[in-house]
Amino acid sequence: MATIRVQVAPFDVGVELAALTGGRTDIGGIGCFVGTVRDSAGGRPITAMALEHYPGMTERALAEIAAEAEQRFALLGCTLVHRVGTLLPGQNIVLVLAASAHRQAALDATGFLIDWLKTKAPFWKKEKFADGDESWVAARDADEAAAGRWA
Amino acid sequence: MTEAAARLRLLYFAWLRERVGASEEDIALPEGVATVADLIAWLRARGPGFAAAFATTKTIRCAVNQTFAAPNAAIAAGDEVAFFPPVTGG
Repeated sequence: MATIRVQVAPFDVGVELAALTGGRTDIGGIGCFVGTVRDSAGGRPITAMALEHYPGMTERALAEIAAEAEQRFALLGCTLVHRVGTLLPGQNIVLVLAASAHRQAALDATGFLIDWLKTKAPFWKKEKFADGDESWVAARDADEAAAGRWA
Repeated sequence: MTEAAARLRLLYFAWLRERVGASEEDIALPEGVATVADLIAWLRARGPGFAAAFATTKTIRCAVNQTFAAPNAAIAAGDEVAFFPPVTGG
């Protein structure tokens, strides 16, 4: 039921939305989250973000997260797309779509999916700063706390 | 299980990959290594690069056969063991 992809290419939200809902009349609402590359970190300008992942485990982890969402919420379908490679400020990184008969389940599932993805799927970000410096993004306690609220 | 088959596939990601200087390697299952913690101790003793990479286990996560694994998780011949920092996707 879930559509899960890891890809280098950008995604088109409209195309993904149409693929999720096409031909269906049982869906009453779709929650959507799109993560994008910010142009700064800690006040320092960023020129690019490199996304690395663990092929194999990533797809497995995303499938487990989607399965958990399907069990917790009355989902009629969901889509997880995560980009890897070098991304530029303003470009999209991650897409979460969650469809349900009613809005609350769709919105809750969307929040759950992105919170769990951020703490349980093996992706790593490296920021490339305008001054030539590079650094791996450190995990944030706030992300753990956000994922923890679904415990 | 023959001696030749007692192998481990090791994978490193993000800054661990950079500090170790390799993204993956195939090693003989070291004698006395039965858990993730054993393997980390063995890796640390391999040289300064590994010692530096594995100095602080607080910021290191492990997966055995593509599933998150705690330090006391068992390791056996044929396993794929990955080391990486806490994840930062999304």
